[in-house]
Amino acid sequence: MGYTLSEKIMLAHCGEDHVVPGQIVMIRCDLVMANDITGPVAFGQMEKMGAERVFDTSKVVMVADHFAPAKDERSAILQQRLKQRSLELGVTFYDQGRGGIEHAVLVEDGWVVPGMVLVGGDSHTCTHGALGAFGTGVGSTDVAYCLVFGELWQAVPGTIQVHVSGEKGRFVTGKDVILAVLAQIGAGGGTNKTLEFVGPGAEALSIDERLAVANLAVEAGAETGIFPADAKTAEYLEGRTDRPWTAERSDPDASFDRHLQVDLDSLEPLIALPHNPENVARVSDVTGTPVHQVYLGNCANGTLTDLRQAAEVLRGHFVHPRTRMIVVPASQKVYRRALAEGLLDLFVEAGASVSTPTCGACFGGHMGVLAPGENAVATTNRNFRGRMGSSEASVYLANAYVAAAAAVAGEIVEPAAVLAGVPA
Amino acid sequence: MIIGGKAVVVPGRNVDTDVLYPGSYLNVDDAELMKPYLFEGLDPSLREQLAGDTVLVTGENFGTGSSREHVPLAMRAWGVRCVLGYSFARIFHRNCINLGLAVVSCPDAAAAAKSGSAIEIDTDSGVVMVDGREFAAAPIPQFMLEMLAKGGLIPWARARVAVSHGHTQS
Repeated sequence: MGYTLSEKIMLAHCGEDHVVPGQIVMIRCDLVMANDITGPVAFGQMEKMGAERVFDTSKVVMVADHFAPAKDERSAILQQRLKQRSLELGVTFYDQGRGGIEHAVLVEDGWVVPGMVLVGGDSHTCTHGALGAFGTGVGSTDVAYCLVFGELWQAVPGTIQVHVSGEKGRFVTGKDVILAVLAQIGAGGGTNKTLEFVGPGAEALSIDERLAVANLAVEAGAETGIFPADAKTAEYLEGRTDRPWTAERSDPDASFDRHLQVDLDSLEPLIALPHNPENVARVSDVTGTPVHQVYLGNCANGTLTDLRQAAEVLRGHFVHPRTRMIVVPASQKVYRRALAEGLLDLFVEAGASVSTPTCGACFGGHMGVLAPGENAVATTNRNFRGRMGSSEASVYLANAYVAAAAAVAGEIVEPAAVLAGVPA
Repeated sequence: MIIGGKAVVVPGRNVDTDVLYPGSYLNVDDAELMKPYLFEGLDPSLREQLAGDTVLVTGENFGTGSSREHVPLAMRAWGVRCVLGYSFARIFHRNCINLGLAVVSCPDAAAAAKSGSAIEIDTDSGVVMVDGREFAAAPIPQFMLEMLAKGGLIPWARARVAVSHGHTQS
């Protein structure tokens, strides 16, 4: 019997001769990451463990992104502690203005290669599966253990293989692929499993779109969402990293827990209704819902691809008077490229607020939280009750085309209607 | 290990980390100071039921969402000894075990428990008693039982740090 891709990665990172799903193993970490919320707590746990140094300073990255720029004194102190301790330990630290949202930064700066084990103190560390890595999110105590020993206790996950076929329509993106999966298996359907994306439709997705797909794997409860490395992965990594890697994929005779199909030919833009990402509907089912805020950004959909998609819809339009639009490029690099391409100017001219990279309002932290009774369309990954502010607000999750169209129309609308000039 | 306590039922499916502990309070890093925000987005009145040894009784996919340890840290600070439920999200489950907070999956027992029920759990045998009625829980892997017996990942790690630094284990 062969192995799945994530079983192969487990096997290459533990001392066992054979692994089966459910078996608890200690796996070696190739990279350990935390942020201004989970990092300081992890450093505290590390001290309680009696440890004074990390296992390998070249394999640890800390990023100030959640409450950055600091929203208040308490947040400022967390960032201060993250920075001071990172410098004392001799690990890489990305300060505000130097990096951006952790997952975007790690990917674009070449920290991540296929086949690696990346453990992060953030649930969306599953994003790194987009490059064929086993990226997985954990809490601060796990991070502390990884920092000290370079190892994680981990149950070998089973695998749900998602076959993506066909070709995307005009306004369909990677976001819709993962929403289609969430619609099929629900918020707990991937628990203790890896979601693996294969087939011509998966191979045709750009790296930016794969990042969005992998990012929401945790919304199905999965350990990670993984794309076997291919020519697109190699092209993306060219010039970005000198870390060695090899392309692996699941063996043809590997054992899978389940197979799912997503047919792009019949896929429409989707939208997750309040208050869970599994509540998926077609955009066409909920048109006319008034929208008070549009949020374009976050670790799922704050890429250059997303900003370009939104700009396609917004060009020549203004943000509707009912609506506030916030644009948050995921990283400094995305920000600068968007600036150079004129995208940020287009957003500002249309009446949007453009923010420095931050996790900010995505988790209701700061920089654009919602009032009671407000509806938001966000390109983010979570629409839990109260996620973006008031517990009486409602968040709808969608792709960048749909978000931009809502900003123009002031209500949920199909992007084609905006591009056709049909008034809301 | 035998764990006992009074049941506090947290109803609902997919109860997420954000309603259990809203994001705007994540800049708190002292467990005692986290206590006033537990259940804040779900039902703050649940906190009034927390007193002494408590077993939280939960639904399907409890703890879905974020990696924030504020949720189990605040639970532990309130005296929660165990979370007994239908099923659990992975990171929440890990965080509890790492912090020495037992997690037991037993849908029948969770369905039978009411707020105020007397609950006793034998983590080794998997026997769950709810007001004197007996139920069989899914077995907890040996690795997790050992970690719980030690009090979580920190004491577990401390022994290893002592060895790697050439000290004897205290």
